Amino acid sequence: MKNCEYQQIDPRTLRTSTTRTSSTLPCGRKSSHRLRRKWEVFPGKNRFYCDGRIMLARQCGVLPLTIGLIFITSGLFFTFDCPFLVHLTVFIPVIGGVLFVFVIVSLFQTSFTDPGILPRASPDEAADIERQIDNSGSSTYRPPPRTKEILINDQVVKLKYCFTCKMFRPPRTSHCGLCDNCVERFDHHCPWVGNCVGKRNYRFFYAFIVSLSFLTSFIFGCVITHLTLRSQGGKGIIQAIQDSPARYPFFTNCTLNSFCTVVELVICFFSIWSILGLSGFHTYLVASNLTTNEDIKGSWSSKRGEESGNPYTYNNIFTNCCVVLCGPMPPSLIDRRGFLPADDAPQTVTSDAELPPFMAKNDTNMCTQGTKELIESMAHSTVIQSTCTPGTPKTAPVTQESLLSTVSIAVSPPSKPSTGCSDRQARRPTDMPCPQRGNKRAALHVHKPMLRLPSPPYSLGHSPLIFSDAPDMGFIPLN
Amino acid sequence: MAETHSLQDLRQAAVASKVFVQRDYTSGTICKFQTKFPAELESRIDKQQFEETMQTLNNLYAEAEKLGGRSYLEGCLACLTAYTIFLCMETHYEKVLKKIAKYIQEQNEKIYAPLGLLLTDPIERGLRVVEITIFEDRSIGSR
Repeated sequence: MKNCEYQQIDPRTLRTSTTRTSSTLPCGRKSSHRLRRKWEVFPGKNRFYCDGRIMLARQCGVLPLTIGLIFITSGLFFTFDCPFLVHLTVFIPVIGGVLFVFVIVSLFQTSFTDPGILPRASPDEAADIERQIDNSGSSTYRPPPRTKEILINDQVVKLKYCFTCKMFRPPRTSHCGLCDNCVERFDHHCPWVGNCVGKRNYRFFYAFIVSLSFLTSFIFGCVITHLTLRSQGGKGIIQAIQDSPARYPFFTNCTLNSFCTVVELVICFFSIWSILGLSGFHTYLVASNLTTNEDIKGSWSSKRGEESGNPYTYNNIFTNCCVVLCGPMPPSLIDRRGFLPADDAPQTVTSDAELPPFMAKNDTNMCTQGTKELIESMAHSTVIQSTCTPGTPKTAPVTQESLLSTVSIAVSPPSKPSTGCSDRQARRPTDMPCPQRGNKRAALHVHKPMLRLPSPPYSLGHSPLIFSDAPDMGFIPLN
Repeated sequence: MAETHSLQDLRQAAVASKVFVQRDYTSGTICKFQTKFPAELESRIDKQQFEETMQTLNNLYAEAEKLGGRSYLEGCLACLTAYTIFLCMETHYEKVLKKIAKYIQEQNEKIYAPLGLLLTDPIERGLRVVEITIFEDRSIGSR
């Protein structure tokens, strides 16, 4: 006779398991068999490649054009000018090669590195901040721009609240409307590199524009030398262009040779002005420890005779340069390749204990999922004596409506990009030959929430200063 | 009815509330947290102990961001190699972050978990806050 032993099923555990399954179902399926990485649910408008190792802004701008122009011009240089000039000195192709590699590497570093994106506040954090703001006496509806004033090096600095990221932005941080992220030490969003320029990739950006100015000047100089040497046969420059050198049989097609030389000349001539101007401008910014954003807005210019200097400067050009370009490299804060917990729901507060006052404000019930459930089910299974009310599905009240939207942003996967590299710029050509003049003119157009300053390598004579409105962002216009 | 818990026990406990210690920007943009003792922790932990923990954390972050010969050397070397050195080498900052993670874990195990508290490494919150989770003070496990 079999000895059957039956274990009495605890009705409480039964009810818990049913509530757990019933409450998880409407909340959407999670990938139960594969752990997802954090980049897959990143709320900003970014693209990730190589399993999160490489990131770009979703609007890549004219990055392919930048890469194409650099490759084409350098290719033409190495193909048509170097064979001629190598007889002058062998260093010409070597220097050209080194500069080219430097330009490409720094361009890729600028484009593919996290510029210093700040992750959005977790729901608990956002709730805590909201509570602090409400305690300080603001009205319950969405108030006028929330700011917090702090003292940095005896200078009053206003910290603004970011409605998208649900936190007070640290100093020098700005929200980029194109990427929908708060970026630390935000300089500008550069469509030519297809990414924001911020704390972590400013040095790469600076290296890129400086090396690019050297490269374009070098190529320009070599092309002029090439043409001059050809014409020194006494036949004049036109004849020199049309002459086909017999020593280079591969390139005896003089039409092709002359066409390519002219192309190089035109590209280099027009890009030198803008690139050199931009390099000069950024050298000034580096030396005074400013960002383009601050300079354009005139944050630290002395107004009305008040001495409101830049609180971040070390008052020494050398120190400022060292700090900006050679300072310690901060880590990426967004942890793209980290794994999401098996149930990627935000932590919620239990309803067992006496609720802190701010929690009781809103009666909205959110279906519980994830860690809270796990903790509870474990607590139920280990604690035999029941300390919690049986039968009621455990739900955690959420403070405000805004938290729901934050949670839905955090949990839902990123929406597909609507357009590829759509160009949303309103071009307003402005000359920028030298930093001071360019700044004064640009300072007139200050009242826009977000600034995009392109660094065009080969623009046609102008370096347009592009401003665009941040679209449907819930952040405060920066004045 | 034991008052003390281990770190393992805490994972099964219920969260009562969370306290967020914000950044202190008075010295600029360097990473520094406020050392002011939050009111919610008054009943749980000694004020001096908490301030000591925060001060040590601040010192560690200051060490990571210190501008000195070593960081400049690292920066110059990186510049000369077109910054490709960042792909192979661990930066000084990252090394200190590991030290900080270890310190926080140690503090949790020795001091905070027995009191029903848990410190979250600020790097997991984007270096914005130090999140302190307060767990309910009830005994876990059957007798």
